[in-house]
Amino acid sequence: MNTLLNLAAAAVLAGTPLLLGTLGEILTEKSGNINLGVEGMMFMGAIAGLSVPFFYEQLTLEAGASPSGTAGALMALAASFAAGAFGALIYGFLTITLHADQNVTGLTLTIFGTGLGNFFGEYLGYQAGGYAALGEELKSAFHNLSIPGLSQIPVLGKLLFQYNWMVYFAVILALAMNHFLRRTRLGLNLRAVGEDPAAADAAGINTTRYQYTAVIIGGGICGIGGMYMSMVTTSGVWVHNCVSGYGWLSVALVIFSVWNPARALLAAVIFGGLTVLRLYLPIPGMPIQIYEMLPYAVTILVLIASSIRQRRENMQPKSCGVNYFREER
Amino acid sequence: MNHTGKNVVRMTNITKTFGTSTADRNVDLELYKGEILALLGENGSGKTTLMNILAGIYFPDSGTIEVQGQEVQIRSPRDAFQLGIGMIHQHFKLVDVLTAGENIVLGLPGPLYVDRKEINRKVQELASRYGFDLEPEKKIYNMSVSEKQTVEILKALYRGADILILDEPTAVLTPQETQKLFNVLRNMKEDGKSIIIITHKLHEVLAISDRAVILRKGENAGTVDTLSTTQEELTEKMVGRAVSLAIERPQVPRGKEMLRVSELTCLGPDRGKILDRVSFSAYAGEILGIAGISGSGQKELCEAVAGLYPVSGGSILYNCQTSHGRKMENITGWPSGRIYQQGISMAFVPEDRLGMGLAPSMDMVDNVMLRSYRSTPGLFLNRKKPREISRRLIQELDIQTPGISTPVRRLSGGNVQKILLGREISNDPSVLIAAYPVRGLDIQTSYKIYHMLGEQKKKGTAVIFLGEDLDVLMELSDKILVLCDGKASKVMDPKEVSKEEIGMMMLHFGWTPRHQEVNP
Repeated sequence: MNTLLNLAAAAVLAGTPLLLGTLGEILTEKSGNINLGVEGMMFMGAIAGLSVPFFYEQLTLEAGASPSGTAGALMALAASFAAGAFGALIYGFLTITLHADQNVTGLTLTIFGTGLGNFFGEYLGYQAGGYAALGEELKSAFHNLSIPGLSQIPVLGKLLFQYNWMVYFAVILALAMNHFLRRTRLGLNLRAVGEDPAAADAAGINTTRYQYTAVIIGGGICGIGGMYMSMVTTSGVWVHNCVSGYGWLSVALVIFSVWNPARALLAAVIFGGLTVLRLYLPIPGMPIQIYEMLPYAVTILVLIASSIRQRRENMQPKSCGVNYFREER
Repeated sequence: MNHTGKNVVRMTNITKTFGTSTADRNVDLELYKGEILALLGENGSGKTTLMNILAGIYFPDSGTIEVQGQEVQIRSPRDAFQLGIGMIHQHFKLVDVLTAGENIVLGLPGPLYVDRKEINRKVQELASRYGFDLEPEKKIYNMSVSEKQTVEILKALYRGADILILDEPTAVLTPQETQKLFNVLRNMKEDGKSIIIITHKLHEVLAISDRAVILRKGENAGTVDTLSTTQEELTEKMVGRAVSLAIERPQVPRGKEMLRVSELTCLGPDRGKILDRVSFSAYAGEILGIAGISGSGQKELCEAVAGLYPVSGGSILYNCQTSHGRKMENITGWPSGRIYQQGISMAFVPEDRLGMGLAPSMDMVDNVMLRSYRSTPGLFLNRKKPREISRRLIQELDIQTPGISTPVRRLSGGNVQKILLGREISNDPSVLIAAYPVRGLDIQTSYKIYHMLGEQKKKGTAVIFLGEDLDVLMELSDKILVLCDGKASKVMDPKEVSKEEIGMMMLHFGWTPRHQEVNP
């Protein structure tokens, strides 16, 4: 029982970056753009989210003051969002304005972002003389919370009320995005752009503006997911290749969650659980490689299962992968 | 011409080019308040382009547009509907996973949340004012073509359109639905709205419009008052010379039974019966016309016979030439590859020309070769014969193309269809299935295609023709069959049933005309 509880809590923690990546990509795809650069944008967010608080800490210490954890966390959030959004802006300019192929552009962004993240991560470590790590003050801003009263409730407290703030941030974001897409006028317009840009255009929607906005905000959210990797998963230390395929898993989870942000919550917890399973349910004799394969193997199964015909509402937005040009004949 | 109303739209000297081709050259058009104007022209005459300019989809290279006496720049569809211009496109611009109501309010300014009740009420109110039926909560993908059209019209009206442009609105409607639409248009005209209807069906021009503007090859070819014109005059202006509008139906003696479909049943993706015990025979030297509103199982029927759609019951027999003479071979469930290998010369012209019929980015030679390369020996492809066939087809069918090595997707719809039909015919088929072969084609090309089908019939081919235009279907076919909701009627003689009766049978299965049916 205790093992399961621990596994569930660990699954939530491991699933949060997946959730953020998935949410970012859902928003992007809802505008009819499939950005395969999630992995790259996460790397960009990871390095920006680590290095900005890192420099902030250095500067305040030099000035003889002590850095504030809250300020560091907010900087990490803003910097990682900006970095992811910048990656997405490159993607958006190439595909939306210049009509470049979406798949190729996205893949290139992954390669670019991975390289960028690792290059500056190593550089940062080299400058710091060994490895780049944050001080205790900033690290503790990303520690699990202890909410008086709530965190002490048996079982429920552990299951719901003792995570770091980013977990709650991601969950609220998922619910808000769900509400936005389903209920609001802007969400309706965005869905229309992703399904059929020609129809949206004829209805007077500025498709370019919607696409740019969704792609950039989506990329920013992916960037925040990357920051989670460098700030929470590796606790404020740059680890080479720290995003390690989470971006790709997120792309697959978009399909698993049928483009529904609320279902992405479930998907992220399940896959988060799969990635940490070996620590909590070790089967004697089972090679570690099998465990490491598990999330990817399940992804393949999920993709097969979800390719079986389903309801029209649960399919990928129809114009994904196709660039829209009004005067095309 | 005397007009009591004032002009609401005046387009002057409009020119629009796409790359090197000119769609419209110095075109003028005027629309008066409270009139229905028909915009008539062949394919490629620039009528849709001209209207797209008015609707903000395209921006003209030169020329001026005045709306209600004011010169305006229409840079986007939003600009257009702010000026009260709404266009109902031929390919509906609706998002099919959304409901009718959602589509209608799409893109409109308003509060953060969409108030469904309020929208539904307003939509209902508009609908009843002009005599429409509509369920605002229904998803577009569950709708018939005519319902979708209703949504498009309501969308324009909801945005306060006073000027409505309809691009070939009747192309996919049954006669009854067309009548209903025309009544609605007349109601709107009474209400003071101005309507432009793009069409190339001449009898509709005469039935509904007050005036007609005719375009030919991107230029003005005249404006006429409908009351004082005839179909012949319209055609002559449209084509540039007199054209006979009679469809020839060569009389040839009926030959052998070439294809016998009995009790054919196919399941759709949701396991429902998409074809339900369909039976008919096709005979050499005869054109069998198949009518039906879209989605009644026509596509599946063609594809099942061609070996492209799984059959779950019944049989398909094909009259084959074997070493022991002719015999009816059971080809049920054979994949298309096997049908081909067995030397069965069946030709299929699918409705989706560029998706299913031809490889769009390959040139004409390669497309011709697709059908025959497997039967030529050797490791390498021999393009000599396909090249000859391509050249011959260009000559014989008057295909307009820069050359045999131009990718077929760059050609216009009519030329693409000629290539497809030409390729199929060049294999001397004994059964030819043509699904909507004239969809979207202009008068001249359509008649050319009808003529080609007639020629095939004379050569002793059994032709199965799926058509949308009932007038044509009934004139061209020797026998006619109606599909309704996957079920087939008896095979009838088109001379013994009326168009209205066929229309009723398309809508209600089991509806039988007063006279009895003829046997096949």
